[in-house]
Amino acid sequence: MIALLRRDLVLAVRAGGGFGLGLAFFLILVALVAFGVGPGGALLARIAPGILWVGALLACLLSLDRIFALDREDGSLELLATAPLPMEGIVSVKALAHWITTGLPLVVAAPLLGLMLSLPGPGYPWLFLSLLIGTPALSVIGTFGAALTVGLKRGGLLLSLIVLPLYVPVLIFGAEVARRGAEGQALQTPLLLLAGITCGTLALLPFASAAVLRVNLR
Amino acid sequence: MMPELGKYAATVLSSYGISILLLVALAVVSLRRATRVRRALEEVEARRRP
Amino acid sequence: MSSLWEYANPKKFVETSQRVLPWVTVLSVACLVVGLVWGFFFTPEDYRQGATVKIIYLHVPSALVAINAWFMMLLASLIWLIRRHHVSALAARAAAPVGAVMTVIALATGAIWGQPMWGTWWVWDPRLTSFLILFLFYLGYIALWAAVEDGDTAADLTSILCIVGSVFAVLSRYAVFFWNQGLHQGASLSMDAEENVADVFYYPLLVCIAGFVLFFVALVLLRTQTEIRARRMRALMARERMG
Repeated sequence: MIALLRRDLVLAVRAGGGFGLGLAFFLILVALVAFGVGPGGALLARIAPGILWVGALLACLLSLDRIFALDREDGSLELLATAPLPMEGIVSVKALAHWITTGLPLVVAAPLLGLMLSLPGPGYPWLFLSLLIGTPALSVIGTFGAALTVGLKRGGLLLSLIVLPLYVPVLIFGAEVARRGAEGQALQTPLLLLAGITCGTLALLPFASAAVLRVNLR
Repeated sequence: MMPELGKYAATVLSSYGISILLLVALAVVSLRRATRVRRALEEVEARRRP
Repeated sequence: MSSLWEYANPKKFVETSQRVLPWVTVLSVACLVVGLVWGFFFTPEDYRQGATVKIIYLHVPSALVAINAWFMMLLASLIWLIRRHHVSALAARAAAPVGAVMTVIALATGAIWGQPMWGTWWVWDPRLTSFLILFLFYLGYIALWAAVEDGDTAADLTSILCIVGSVFAVLSRYAVFFWNQGLHQGASLSMDAEENVADVFYYPLLVCIAGFVLFFVALVLLRTQTEIRARRMRALMARERMG
């Protein structure tokens, strides 16, 4: 399992896209929003938590189709399927690799981008924490979507159509934590609910992803 | 016969219109596909049988 | 020995549903005509909402069918995954577009109704938002069916998507309620008489609901027949090509 994780990470780094692309996309998105709504600091500060969450979500979405597609093309996915490792384990490792290459850099970069959007001071730790808790769920849900569409030729658009509605609860609670944090309100309830959703998806969704992947490799 | 709808006439009539239009369109699409598929299946079965 | 599972045989299903279909269709059209005419022409105006209350005869039944269509698809998906009856998977496929259209009707009538009542076409009200999300789920489900070529693979994938989607739809519903307390009124049809709509509106509403449900059943029967025939046709043509 660790070997598989190391292989995925090495591949992602060597392909060059792994860390950089998602981050660059995130940066561009934030800049575009600023261009779109105007440079007024007060307005930007108010919408900053939401923008950063939506941006993280879209940046995450961007790299989903590569989770399985490359392995599918060169046939290593079939090899993995016949390996002694259970399919659930493969899926979990894939999701973890996706999170380390995409989710983690976003979490680290988000406070910096928050600066650009003049996010209020108390918001930073909560933005960081909510993304840290929420992005693993995004990766796991995305892996499910990627497993669903792995065999399809034009899967990209379909993937986003399927995955985005599944992201709704995570986005709502995550953005709510960040917003309440920025405004200095009580945020225990959404934080716990966000953590609950993440734990639930981490525990259960790999089984669904593995089942789907087995169907697709049949 | 027409009931007095008052200032909400456009609201009520348009929602009835849209809904009935959608329901009828759905029924028509389903029926057309049903007849098309049925005919095609009959053709294929006729080709098999002779 | 007759049991429900006999209808899992596609041939038996087509025969029986063909016998039942005309009755269901006639009954549904009758209920719809009676209910809508009754509601439209012979009910008084509500003292607060005026004539717009007549929209309830479309809004509530379509919303009800839209949600229950998804439940029916969930049930059919489970049956397909557990017992591998093709009729079940095809029935789920047949129901999805009907459910999606019902969702559109509920959303459209809701928006039209909201305009004079709340002063805006669209509010990010929990119920409206949940329905929008439900609509997106329907779209994803239909698109996945259309995208996968092999029938059995598509049935497996969409069934699992339906189950996962159900869980997330429920989660979204609660998330959305948490996110925004809405303008929408509570249940129109609960057991609690206090909350209910008045009797004058209630009986035609029941007839309309019966009409919408029967309409859904009729369409699903028809569309399932079509899917069964299409599947048989594909199988026959594949055999022809093999020689």
